Amino acid sequence: MASQLIGAVIAIVLGIGFSLFYFAGTNWALDHWLGDRTDAAGEKISKAHRRESIRPWLFIAPALLILGVYLVYPVVETLRLSFFDDTGQGFVGLANYIWAFQDGEFLLAIRNNLLWLIIVPSASTGLGLLIATLADRVPWGTVAKSLIFMPMAISFVGASVIWKFVYDYRGPDAEQIGILNAIVVSLGGDPVHWISLPFWNNFFLMVILIWIQTPFAMVIFSAALRGVPMDTIEAARIDGARPVQIFFKVVLPQIMSTVVVVWTTITIIVLKIFDIVLAMTNGQWNTEVLANLMYDWMFRGGGDFGRGSTIAIVIMVAVIPIMIWNIRRFQKEEGMR
Amino acid sequence: MATVKLSDVKKAFGSVEIIKGVDLDIHDNEFVVFVGPSGCGKSTLLRLIAGLEDISSGELTIDGKRMNDTPPAERGIAMVFQSYALYPHMTVYENMAFGLKLAKFDKKVIDDKVREAARILQLEHLLQRKPKELSGGQRQRVAIGRSIVRDPKVFLFDEPLSNLDAALRVQMRIEIAKLHSDLDATMIYVTHDQVEAMTLADKIVVLQAGIVVQVGSPLELYYHPQNKFVAGFIGSPKMNFVPVEVAATDGTGVTVTLPGGNTLLVPVDSRGVAPGARLTLGVRPEHMSETGQGDATMPVQCVVVERLGGDTYGYVQSDGVELMTVQTDGTSRMKPGDRLDVGMRGATCHLFGDDDQALPLLERNDLADIGKSGILAGAPGPAPAVH
Amino acid sequence: MKLAGRYVTGGQVAGQVLLLLLVVIWTLPTVGLLVSSLRDKDQLIASGWWSALSSTEIANQGRTGTADDQVETADGYQIAGNLLPEDSPAEIGFWSDNINDITAYEAGQSAPVDDTGAMTVNADGSYSWVSPEPFTLERGERVFYQAFVPPIFTLDNYREVLAAEGIGRAFINTATVAIPATIIPILIAAFCAYAFTWMSFPGRNWLFAIVVGLLVVPLQMSLIPLLRLYNDVGATFGVEAKSYLGIWLAHTGFGLPLAIYLLRNYIGSLPRDLIESAKVDGATHFHIFTRLVMPLSVPALASFAIFQFLWVWNDLLVALVFLSKREDQIVLTSQLRELLGSRGDNWEILTSGAFISMIVPLLVFFALQRYFVRGLTAGSVKG
Repeated sequence: MASQLIGAVIAIVLGIGFSLFYFAGTNWALDHWLGDRTDAAGEKISKAHRRESIRPWLFIAPALLILGVYLVYPVVETLRLSFFDDTGQGFVGLANYIWAFQDGEFLLAIRNNLLWLIIVPSASTGLGLLIATLADRVPWGTVAKSLIFMPMAISFVGASVIWKFVYDYRGPDAEQIGILNAIVVSLGGDPVHWISLPFWNNFFLMVILIWIQTPFAMVIFSAALRGVPMDTIEAARIDGARPVQIFFKVVLPQIMSTVVVVWTTITIIVLKIFDIVLAMTNGQWNTEVLANLMYDWMFRGGGDFGRGSTIAIVIMVAVIPIMIWNIRRFQKEEGMR
Repeated sequence: MATVKLSDVKKAFGSVEIIKGVDLDIHDNEFVVFVGPSGCGKSTLLRLIAGLEDISSGELTIDGKRMNDTPPAERGIAMVFQSYALYPHMTVYENMAFGLKLAKFDKKVIDDKVREAARILQLEHLLQRKPKELSGGQRQRVAIGRSIVRDPKVFLFDEPLSNLDAALRVQMRIEIAKLHSDLDATMIYVTHDQVEAMTLADKIVVLQAGIVVQVGSPLELYYHPQNKFVAGFIGSPKMNFVPVEVAATDGTGVTVTLPGGNTLLVPVDSRGVAPGARLTLGVRPEHMSETGQGDATMPVQCVVVERLGGDTYGYVQSDGVELMTVQTDGTSRMKPGDRLDVGMRGATCHLFGDDDQALPLLERNDLADIGKSGILAGAPGPAPAVH
Repeated sequence: MKLAGRYVTGGQVAGQVLLLLLVVIWTLPTVGLLVSSLRDKDQLIASGWWSALSSTEIANQGRTGTADDQVETADGYQIAGNLLPEDSPAEIGFWSDNINDITAYEAGQSAPVDDTGAMTVNADGSYSWVSPEPFTLERGERVFYQAFVPPIFTLDNYREVLAAEGIGRAFINTATVAIPATIIPILIAAFCAYAFTWMSFPGRNWLFAIVVGLLVVPLQMSLIPLLRLYNDVGATFGVEAKSYLGIWLAHTGFGLPLAIYLLRNYIGSLPRDLIESAKVDGATHFHIFTRLVMPLSVPALASFAIFQFLWVWNDLLVALVFLSKREDQIVLTSQLRELLGSRGDNWEILTSGAFISMIVPLLVFFALQRYFVRGLTAGSVKG
């Protein structure tokens, strides 16, 4: 362990040192080689223009290189692989796609993903907005937000353990140690094996993600609500609006763009949801989702890259509209700068 | 000690031309003010001189050397920004020393220069403070100090006083004027405030939509505006404009018919003006008489009266004329609803044609040639300090 | 009604109650985990964590000594001993020799057993079995008892999981992944964000629009091609395909779009005058960046650092793909997931393991919450 610690420290120093060395070194070299010279006649020759047209590329080159290798190339390559067989060698045309849409497991994953897409973003956004609004008007709101915020720091796997414990099931005669079944039993019911409960088990998994994402929505909305001018609320009060009316007719319209951003951000997270399903059920009991299915195909039976890529492309296609919308929004904002 | 010369300088951002061909000569040791409404290109012009923007076409020389492609730091300029642009994480001392350190000056030299500048600006006791611990006026002084230590040939100021409150603004204005006389440096100053322009400038450059519309001493612009824009921009309250019809023309000037029927002889060059033509008469509020004294009168009705104590502004109207301002002294008894005949003298009036150009006055007002130090402009020798 | 100096209506009271309920829902599961991880492992499965402070009732059995253990006394023969395990804090309440009637006798009561005498079982577990005749039994008699165990809190679970279950090792592995994978992207992104904001070069807006687009590219897209690429590189150069360097770069790549985006927003909000003033002072872009922009961007850098650190620390997918499950590479999340699979019912291991995996994120999070919130909002709130 000690040697690994030392190794880690050395690696950290090297990694960071190399990055620093690159930036400092290339900039020094640029200033050195393209520095201003004095010619024979004693006139100064300025190479500032050439120097300054090269320098930006020195600044962005590492980022472009890494983005290219780790994001741009894979997108293209995944698309290509989705038309090839399990080894990535033989061209199979659309066979993978045809397989996918006839495969029960895949269709099940699509159905589950749709369920996740409808429920998690709306529940998280709604609850986040509710908590932010409530917390804004009580003296202990900051404490409340701080406590609710906590799940954001917890990994999906950690959260899965936490909730598996909540859902824990013991036979009807045994003492229940999962709080949910304990409550059910204390109310006179029979304990339920929640995570294998057909159809509804999907919702019990979603609860975990809602539990993690609501704090995110809450924090963003809390900031947005603070940005709503007090004047407009006071004007509405003078106009005789009741609190609920003020919220829906005055406050909500003003933070609508934030609602959309939060919604889409959570939507993207949901599309990629993987850890929770893997840790809780690994897709058993009809809880399969696309990302887990893809991971499964990556390694199942030595790995089927074609089918795995096909599933990845399906996820990507779902993201593309959001991506375009995102770029448009950015360009509009730039236009206003 | 430097001259700055711009020859047909143009600047375009994309397809939008912001500076549309500026020719300008700035003499050694001169205090030049660029003035104009927002968006006229005055700041852009300053930034072209500073090298913060590239010149699209034309030539900029400082002390006779072409500077188009020289980086800002090598142009021998220093700039004071509107927001002061103090580096928030550095102390006052470090702020002033930053440029010198980059230029790899000796530590001792840097220290001497910073302390000298601090002495001039009375910042000695603030050297170890961070900008956020300073008042607005102190920050402004640090910003000026930072430019002084660079020992520049040309100082550039970009609306340096616009973030200060009114009282401090007057005080800093005086300090900048004093600095100019102490430092013997060329200064170029951008402002939208015509009072700053009038009080500080040796030479005012009035810009409108990327074009220099007039260059001259403050009083030259006041007495001899070349067009309606300059006439309206210089002077406060604003000049009144009255539509008039030409009644007659001769060698002594143009006689116009005022609203109400009276005629007034304005001593301007009458060439090219025919009777019956429609012109605009320009007359400053301070040149109008509430009691009807002057060469001609015009019947008006008083609408609003503003009493400032020392002065009284009467806002009056007449058929077919925009609201006009009459400036009288604080003892005026004018009140809204009063009908009165305001008087004016032909010699203090201006006439503008259809194209908004002024008809040249026949006689040059000799006040127009007085520089800010009370010496006739163009007189040799350094100007002694007034303050 | 007046509360905290303000008049509140019934609606506001309802709001407070609702908020309190939500706070409870959001904290209770974590509290349950923490409490459970500190409980004795036998108690943990015997009762819910909410009853951790009350005594646990357990039913168990013990065996008496055999004929060999008997001693002769004035009244006959006696076998004595203790039914409870050594050092057990439990107190016996009831006992019986019949499994179907475990509460037949109270502690301290004397009762006939096995037709050969009378037995007394005390609350501390000690028993005394006396008989006028010598005992002949060769196996000890089974005695069933119901005992009350006072609450026990212990760090044993943590000791076990750190040492025996590889969580300690995984903790170091995770740190080895997370620290460089946080710092490297910051450095690269900061330079890039600066260039995107304050330097002009052809294609700047286009390139940045691409970065914005890459913000939402699902990680899954990259996995297969990168896995192949890593395998190829590994095979070509004879190095291991799964390495720390590989995962650092992968996390750097996946974190860069957000880093560039956040930092550009921040660096772009620095006053233009400041940058230009430095230019007039003779600073090159490199100087401006290192001496001006970096020091002034500390809040934004901190925000992103926390963001990226939490993300890398909590990541499972990237670690599964780019690191092996070998002891020297497996990370906390991955180890925890293994435990979920293999030791799914050993809650003493799962709870303490999960809590160890959470402790660093929670510390970072509570210590630097302000920066974290600022980073989140900067990235999302319109502006």
